[in-house]
Amino acid sequence: MKELRLMKGNEAIAEAAIRAGVDGYFGYPITPQSEVLEYLMMERPELRTGMVVLQAESEVAAINMVYGGAGAGKMVMTSSSSPGISLKQEGITYIAGAELPCLILNVVRGGPGLGTIQPAQSDYFQSVKGGGHGDYKLIVLAPASVQEMYDFVETSFDLAFKYRNPVLILSDGAIGQMMEKVEIGDQKVRLTDEQVKERCPWATTGKTTKRERNIITSLDLDPNKQEKFNHKLQAKYKEIEKNEVRFEEIQTKDAEYLFVAYGTSARICQKSVQLARAKGIKVGLLRPITLFPFPAERLLELSKQVKGILSVEMSAGQMIEDIKLSVHCNIPVEHFGRMGGIIPSPGEVVKALEQKFL
Amino acid sequence: MTEEIIIAGFGGQGVLSMGKIMCYSGIVQGQEVTWMPSYGPEMRGGTANVTVIISDERISSPIINEFDTAIILNQQSMDKFEGMVKPGGTLIYDPNGIVRHPERKDVNIYRVEAAAEAAKMDSTKTFNMIVLGGFLKIKPIFKMENVIAGLKKSLPERYHHLIPMNEKAVLRGSEIVTEAQILN
Repeated sequence: MKELRLMKGNEAIAEAAIRAGVDGYFGYPITPQSEVLEYLMMERPELRTGMVVLQAESEVAAINMVYGGAGAGKMVMTSSSSPGISLKQEGITYIAGAELPCLILNVVRGGPGLGTIQPAQSDYFQSVKGGGHGDYKLIVLAPASVQEMYDFVETSFDLAFKYRNPVLILSDGAIGQMMEKVEIGDQKVRLTDEQVKERCPWATTGKTTKRERNIITSLDLDPNKQEKFNHKLQAKYKEIEKNEVRFEEIQTKDAEYLFVAYGTSARICQKSVQLARAKGIKVGLLRPITLFPFPAERLLELSKQVKGILSVEMSAGQMIEDIKLSVHCNIPVEHFGRMGGIIPSPGEVVKALEQKFL
Repeated sequence: MTEEIIIAGFGGQGVLSMGKIMCYSGIVQGQEVTWMPSYGPEMRGGTANVTVIISDERISSPIINEFDTAIILNQQSMDKFEGMVKPGGTLIYDPNGIVRHPERKDVNIYRVEAAAEAAKMDSTKTFNMIVLGGFLKIKPIFKMENVIAGLKKSLPERYHHLIPMNEKAVLRGSEIVTEAQILN
């Protein structure tokens, strides 16, 4: 049997990073994600696997260290919470523009500005629509349990290297801070320099006489070349949309209404489904696991079955826009959410469903 | 079986670690567990609480506002959580420092004088284990051997010599818990 541990979401991410054979973590503390850095410092991964863990002088420095490490073909990551992720946006768009793989974790807290340290989901737009400048996309994964915090580290790096694209894990203060049972995977050995060269022929691993030099940049002053490059990026995003959509459905088979929620909200909605069904309301839940790519096709199918969709988010309503686009506005789509660090209760969600649709 | 519990008191009373020991006991028994602490401004102001859910099935919402059991260890927590116990549910409290005793007529109420007992046992640090013992007497959801296994997993090895003392405290708690109001 695999080892079971009781861990915080933040700790699970950190342990998963060591076990996945990550080469470097660069971060800067901020509540509610500081345990990622704390755990890594305490575990001394430099002794376990040779992994580098560094507290940078700022968020901006940390993301640029990630940029550098990723350029060399290394498995590198950073983590922060909302205000810190805003600071990292310049680096993130450069990394996307240079087509480099890396993992960024956002343990979201309420905003705008410094906001609060309590959980929120108000960084959805920032995560899936850009955040930084330019036509780029991150692959965005939304864990809803501590186990998924653990599992998605390896998934993220698989996707990041497959598509040479940064991956964002969009979590929140609740999942970061809560403890659940985690099944711990085996320790993977970090790649050797030779293996890195083989996996990443594009990386700056030192020029040899056998090949042209590799250049990592997001700059091309020739508009024709730059447009061609943008087409290439867009084709890659289409490919990701085709191959990588992930979602979970709960009691949708006979559903007449549908909750759509991710992360913590999805956990709350699971309970709301139970409460509503006990009252005789046939409701199901679609939980997007990838926010980009978004499960648009499945939502369109479900829109032909259900009478209405309630988007439940800890925000003023951001994902609801993608739901409306997915279902071509052919059924009513409503929003329910709390903001500023307030977490809705399962009962509140059921009441909202009743008020808006019944 | 699903048991949804809130444990609430002052920081330093061992509220969070009591929840952690419960979760580890559940894991040892093969159950699903979640431990959701307050980490916000209230934590920084002195009070601490944690929601613990133990279940035989996959756990849905880790955040709830109705509990099967509330374990209440100070007046602020009594004010906040008494109203959140499900009708027919259980409220366990330590009367030490409580000026307004619970008033609900639709819940089972128990007292465990853990602070006084811990002082008598000359080991105030076992306070939370005495409370846990009281809880387990009323809701025997964990076997004693699993609680000990949970303690072992929860405590760093250098503190394992304290396990017998903690075990004693759990047993003592189960002896001193008293019924204050039992529903028919």
